[in-house]
Parts: sequence; C-alpha cells; structure tokens
Amino acid sequence: MTSTYAVLSEGLEKRFGAVRALRGLDLAVAEGTVCGVLGPNGAGKTTAVRLLTTLLRPDAGSARVAGHDLVREAAAVRRRISVTGQDTSIDGDLTGRQNLLLFGRLHRVRGPAGRTVELLDRFGLAEAADRPAATYSGGMRRRLDLAASLIRRPEVLFLDEPTTGLDPASRNLIWDAVRELTTEGTTVLLTTQYLEEADQLADDIALVDRGRVAHTGSPAQLKALVGAHAEVVVTDADALTKAAAVLDRLTGAQPSLDPERNTVGAVSKDPTLTLPLLVRTLDSAGVPLLDVSLRPPTLDDVFLRLTDTTTTATTATTTDDRERAA
Amino acid sequence: MSMLAYDGTAMLGRQLLRMRNNPGLLILTQTMPVSMLLFFGYVFGSALAMPGEAYRSFLVPGLLVATAAGGIMTGMFQAAQDTHRGVTDRFRTLPMSRAAVPLGQAAADVVVTAAGTVPFLLVGLAVGWRVEGGLLEAVGAVALLMLFRFACVWAGIFLGLLTRNEEAAGQLGGATFLLPLLSSAYIPTSGLPGWLRTVAEWNPISAVATALRDLFGNAPVPDGAAWPVAHPVAGRCCGAPCCSGCSCRWPCVSTRTGSGEGAAGTPEPDDAPGHCRAGMRHRLGRAALGYTPGAAACRGDDGRRVRSVAPGAV
Repeated sequence: MTSTYAVLSEGLEKRFGAVRALRGLDLAVAEGTVCGVLGPNGAGKTTAVRLLTTLLRPDAGSARVAGHDLVREAAAVRRRISVTGQDTSIDGDLTGRQNLLLFGRLHRVRGPAGRTVELLDRFGLAEAADRPAATYSGGMRRRLDLAASLIRRPEVLFLDEPTTGLDPASRNLIWDAVRELTTEGTTVLLTTQYLEEADQLADDIALVDRGRVAHTGSPAQLKALVGAHAEVVVTDADALTKAAAVLDRLTGAQPSLDPERNTVGAVSKDPTLTLPLLVRTLDSAGVPLLDVSLRPPTLDDVFLRLTDTTTTATTATTTDDRERAA
Repeated sequence: MSMLAYDGTAMLGRQLLRMRNNPGLLILTQTMPVSMLLFFGYVFGSALAMPGEAYRSFLVPGLLVATAAGGIMTGMFQAAQDTHRGVTDRFRTLPMSRAAVPLGQAAADVVVTAAGTVPFLLVGLAVGWRVEGGLLEAVGAVALLMLFRFACVWAGIFLGLLTRNEEAAGQLGGATFLLPLLSSAYIPTSGLPGWLRTVAEWNPISAVATALRDLFGNAPVPDGAAWPVAHPVAGRCCGAPCCSGCSCRWPCVSTRTGSGEGAAGTPEPDDAPGHCRAGMRHRLGRAALGYTPGAAACRGDDGRRVRSVAPGAV
C-alpha cells in the first residue's frame, strides 16, 4: 500500500476549540500524480495541508507521507517534502539569491549555488536575483517561494493555493513547473479554488466539504457525476417563467434565472438529457426560444452541485480565520 | 549537536546578511545609545545632585545594560515578523534543528551588540568614564553584559512567538523602553521611597547595572540593597541562563510531532552558570536565582499554554 501512495491518510481529525476543521479526512494520492484538493472556503483544505506537512498534529487518525508516519516519523517526512503555503514564506530582507542559498543550505543541498542560478533562471528571477525580496511584486514572490521549495527535489510537494491572485504569466510559469515536476516523479498535492487550475493540472481531484472528502475522481469522472449545463434564452419575462418550469422538470435541478438577459440555466441531475429532447419539450410547451445550449459541465458546475455552499457559507469565515491563526 | 551547530551557523549567517542588507537600520539602532548617553549625561544630568562627570561615569554602565535589555524588543520583533510572514512555518517544515532558528538569531544579535559596544565605550571614555578596576574584571563585565543580552533576546523571541504579530510586537516592544526607567540604570535607587526601591532593585536590569559598575570599578555595590543588587553577578549568572534555557524549549514544542529533540543540544539552565563562575568566584553569592521576567514567562514552556495565551491562535 504505502509504496504506491505518496500520501495516504485515514480518518484525520482536527479541532480548533469548538470548530471541527477536519472530520475524518481520507485521502490517497498515488505516487507521481497531481492531486487537486478542492473545496469551498473553510472546508478544511489548509488545515489538511498543515497536518500533512507536520505543522499541526492530528487529534485523531493517521497518515503516511512519502512512506513515513506523519506523527512518529515527522523528521523523515520533513526530509522528503516541500511546502509552499498560502502566504509567501520567504525572507523579504534577503535577496532572492540569498533566500535560495539559505534554504539550500538548510535542505543540505550540495553546492546550492548552481541549483540557485538554475532556479532563478527557470522562474524568471535572474534579473532581480540580487534585490531584496521585499521589493518583488506579488507574482515574483510567489515564484521565489516555489523555487525555494524546489531547491532540493521533493518526493511530495504541497502547494496551498499557489496561484491565488497571480497574473496569467506567473500562473503559467507555476503550472509548467508543476507539470515538469510530475514527469520527474514528484507527487504534488495542490489545493485550489480555481477549478480551471484543477482541470489543467490534476490527475485526481478530492472534493473536500466540511472537513471530509465528499467525492474523489478524475476531472472527467467528477464531471460525469453531474449532467450537462442547460441554458435557455427566451424573448420576455413570461416566457422565462415557462422555460424555468420546463427546465425544472427536465433537469430535476433548481434553475437559476437571469431576468436582465432573459436567460435561465440549470445543471442537469439527469446525465441522459439531450439537446433535441430539451428543444422539443420547450417548443411543445409554447416557449418562444431564442437560443438553447447544452454544454458539458465545468468543474464549477460540479463544485456547486456537490458542495452545499449555502450551509458552509456561514461557518466559512471563522474556520478560515482559525486555520490561518493556527 | 552537529545539526544544531550547522543549522545555527546558517541562521546566524541569515541574520547577519539581513543586517548587511539594511545598514541604515543598523546604524540607527547602534547610534541610539550614544545619543542617549549625551542627552542623559549633559541635558538631564545637569539637573541631578550628582556632579556631571561622576554621573556620566555612573551612566555608562547603566546605559550599556539598558541597551542590552532592548534585546527583548529586537528578539520579539524579529520572531513575530518571521511568524507573521510565514517564514517560521517554512523553517518548521524543513529537516533542520528547531533550536537553530532562535539560537542563530540570538547569536547574531550578540555579535552585532558586541560590535556596537566598542564605539559606545569610546564615547564613554571621551565623556569621562574610565575602567577603574582590573582588566580581567572589565573583560568579565563585558562578558556578563553579552550574556544578559543573549538572555534578553531569547526572552524576546519567546514573547515574539507568543504574539505572532508584527504590529503587536512593535507596540509591546516600545513598552520595554520603560523597563530601565524603573531600575538603577539611569539613577541610583537609594533615593527612591522604600517600596519603589525594592521593585527597582528586583528589576534584573538593576542587578546587571550594579554588577557592571562593580566590575568596571565605577561604583561599589550599594549598602542595604535587595538580594539581587547585593549579589549582582551571582544573580545575573544564574538568572540569565534560566531565561535562555526556558525560552529555547519553545521552538521544539510548537509541534511536538516527531523530532522534538531540538532542545536537547541547547544550553540547559543548570550548566551555564559554571562558565561565568570561573573568574569571579569571590564575588558570587550562593543560591541560584530564576526571577528574571523571561524565566517567569517561560515557565509554562508548552505549546498548549502558548495557545491559551494567543487568543487568535485557537
């Protein structure tokens, strides 16, 4: 078991006062793959990363990371992982180069200077290498942060929302780096709020909701869990109500109305729904149609359907704040 | 142990590089004591009953100690900054010695303080301060000062890890400026009302200042003083290492997972006084004393206590 999974957790629990941030997290990440951990704010993503990187100790449950027990062999785990957290964790008073040299030394990298130059080039930081990191832009700091995590090739790399707030150029650099790492055999556990990011990078996705893994599977498998996304454009408000009633019946889902654009949409619960059936039914109901579309679901659709965002929204802030504070 | 030495050296290098990258700040902090010497010595000193030169001679050791006590502030600010900015978290996920982070920070601080002491003492000589005792004792005075600074930085690091917030640490750090005011750093405590005198004399700064004046030969140990001031060197040698010994346990308990052996290689409260004892046996009192603020704050040296103190941390 442990030789095939780089991260394997069973029933991880973590409580902060009255808040149960993790309520039995079971996660299995195969070696050499990218696992995207998705979930609404406060679902426990960051807590999971902090537990799996030895920063927090679980209240219950167990986990093995890179083949070593998280609690009993924390030192061995630390020798095999790297972490890039939500907040950049580089020293702003040191230059980019000095940061990488320091972390190289602490990682016991032999001759860190060469690797430093290589990474500075790789992440487009060569020109700014000798400026204090405090003067870097947000994107540059993130890239330096990731470079610091790669100064020694980790067996498992944890990325906690690595591209939040980045411009597309910086984001692409980070995505490329992640893809390159997996071809070299590194396992990546990535939390993200960007479903596109998970779609692009992840081999498997774990959908976390209220401290548990609610669904797992490849992006395609998760999309197959929900039906297609139907969208209907009609001529006026009357027709909109009629169209909504038809959609409600056909998709089995609550349609969302956009009265300004006379548009109604719904993510079907029935995977067998087809476009001809949709058009025929709408037409026979006498709905004056301007446009009908039925497209494959995005991960956004999956995410909204499979996580109950209405109930988590109230607790999200507190859990998130606590996660950060801890 | 070799892991602690290796990582500690890396962290020492980090801190010295930070200072090199920020020379303005370094110059500002190092010239502060000199300007205070001139202000207190000539401006406020002119209003004191003690004649000018005698007061400046009294003031130089006092200011040295007051400056060293500022290590609480610098240690606290730096540790809070690292924690706040996520640097501490990165260190905690590295396969490195946990005690190396505060050890490197404290060692770098002592190196810089020692260097800053030279120009200060030169200005001291220019305004009338002299080494009036033996050379060996003067060397002992400087060593004691550095030990006190080292202890103060450790205590500061501990407080910084508790506050976890740069701004809070900055505010709290400003308050440490008050500590020397209620001690014999700037004025003799003999003129204070009884209870206030007791408070001031139990202030660790008073004990160190008295010890320095004694070792430099500037002023004898005052009669009728409280125990710490009456046995200043003993009080310091015992109290200071307690302080660092307690503080250094913290980094490894912050996560007790796995290799919590970080503290094993760090100075224990009990073995450090031996080093200071060698040259000053005749001045030493008897009992060990652990009354320093750092020691008091650190006594519950456990991550759990830390969480109960920092409200946002749970």
